[in-house]
Amino acid sequence: MKIKDTLENYMFVLPAVVIFAVFYIIPFSWVFQLGLYDWDGILPTKTFVGLGNFSEIAVDKIWWQSMLNAGYITFIALTFQNILAFLLAWACDREIRLKNFYRVIFFIPPVLSEVVVGLVWQWILDGNYGLLNNWLVHLGFPNLVRNWLSDPQTALTAVAIVHSWKGFGWGFLIFLAGLQTIPRELYEAARVDGANAWASFKKITIPLMIPVAVLVAILTVLGTMQAFVLIIAMTGGGPAYHTQVPVLRILASMRGSSRFGYACAQGISFGVILMAISFIQYRFSKHSRQT
Amino acid sequence: MKAVFYYKTKKVTFNLIIHLFLITVSVTCLFPLLWMVSSSLKTQETIFKDMSLMPKEFHFENYYHAWIEGGFGRNFFNSIVYTVCVVIGIIIVASLAAYAFSRFRFPGKNLLFFMFMAAMMIPIPGSFVPLYVLLNKLHLRNTAPGYILCMINVGLSTSIFLLKTFFDNMPKELEDAARIDGCSKLGIWWHVALPLAKPVLAVVVVFNALAVWNEYVLALIIFDSKALMPLQVALMTFQGEFITRYPLLMAGLTITALPIIIVYLLMQKYIVKGVTQGAVVG
Repeated sequence: MKIKDTLENYMFVLPAVVIFAVFYIIPFSWVFQLGLYDWDGILPTKTFVGLGNFSEIAVDKIWWQSMLNAGYITFIALTFQNILAFLLAWACDREIRLKNFYRVIFFIPPVLSEVVVGLVWQWILDGNYGLLNNWLVHLGFPNLVRNWLSDPQTALTAVAIVHSWKGFGWGFLIFLAGLQTIPRELYEAARVDGANAWASFKKITIPLMIPVAVLVAILTVLGTMQAFVLIIAMTGGGPAYHTQVPVLRILASMRGSSRFGYACAQGISFGVILMAISFIQYRFSKHSRQT
Repeated sequence: MKAVFYYKTKKVTFNLIIHLFLITVSVTCLFPLLWMVSSSLKTQETIFKDMSLMPKEFHFENYYHAWIEGGFGRNFFNSIVYTVCVVIGIIIVASLAAYAFSRFRFPGKNLLFFMFMAAMMIPIPGSFVPLYVLLNKLHLRNTAPGYILCMINVGLSTSIFLLKTFFDNMPKELEDAARIDGCSKLGIWWHVALPLAKPVLAVVVVFNALAVWNEYVLALIIFDSKALMPLQVALMTFQGEFITRYPLLMAGLTITALPIIIVYLLMQKYIVKGVTQGAVVG
């Protein structure tokens, strides 16, 4: 009876465990195996190269350039996007009209797909017929007109700003939820004690929001470093590697040059870097919670 | 009196500035979408010249052409099928597992649950590479079941977590009563636990539906034949082939974005809930 009972319990988790084992654990273990081989993905023969792929990555200039590009987009997301998200949340965290309307609007870009967002913005930023250039001419700045997405000087920043446009709604919602947990009595008490709005913002809002800000920062870094579909839709990684990012390189190694082993090695290297970053941020958040 | 007046004007000005700020950002959020719809109603001739948001004539036939000639009708249907199948799959598989993790005792339970949670934390960029190899070996590449199973796996961990958390906080009395009445475990899961879990199931449904509808890279590597592609991949393929047919492309984008926006507006309560709960997970 007891064995039958236990078996019945296992039946409940069986479908999940089977799907998970086949589509997560097996591929996950293959990544580490394939990373040590040179393989085109088709031929049955794989050439063992040991850590060869990894030493090649270490001197792969385009790979490290793509890492820097992702770092740059992440930097814009951490500063511009998250400060905007916080200010909007702070502006909405009060008794004002249309509060819910704003909240609904700000989360529309995040629910859209990266393909849709990327292609619409590509059309707006188009060098010849784009709306932005058209406006610039009409507003009297014809000297600012440029081919935003194929000019090496502007392509990466344009991509980063569109990424922020798509992403700030997440931070906004999390910040807003955080702000709403701050007891109103704290602000009342501060006002009775003669603190002005700025002082209570600085002494109450900011310190209580630090853990939330760290959480948003972690989510932003992990999400932005791995973003790539938006970039495929906007620039395809060009002009000349100027908007390449790591996951795009992995995709290129696999589909472009048919180097499956190298693609897996790139995935491992990048995964380790991401784990290290989130670990450091996690330690930092623990520290900031204690103080 | 003067001080009160001063205080009031200051407050009004302050609120005005705040509204101005919020309205500016709202316009920035909506404008690209309006531009997309507007561009989808222009013709191949006018789209490069007519820069007004309101086209002089509405060319709705673009939607017909995109649907039939552009083939987006077929891809729309595919996207619907994949989304529905994956969501139903996740609901059944994840809620069965979450219910067992929450209510039953069996050896290895904690280890298994930990495994699912670890998968949620560990980033594997480029996981599409081994998945491609796996699906090739299983002869599931370029098939609908292959894509559906992959996508069920993608949503599994988070869904199990959300559901288990809900079951953990759910009172057991009703289930106990059902058991005394002679209901089987499976019967209790289906007749008692699932109906009670409706609020969290809504969150799971909405988030997974959005994720599948918007998914791009797995669909890209899994499907070779156009007839099987979901909308996102079809849009990129169309853009690659007909780079300058902007009215049709914009009509395709509108067809893709519209269902998502409608679902979002109807279910936004659950989305807000999911984001704030999901944030706690991370």
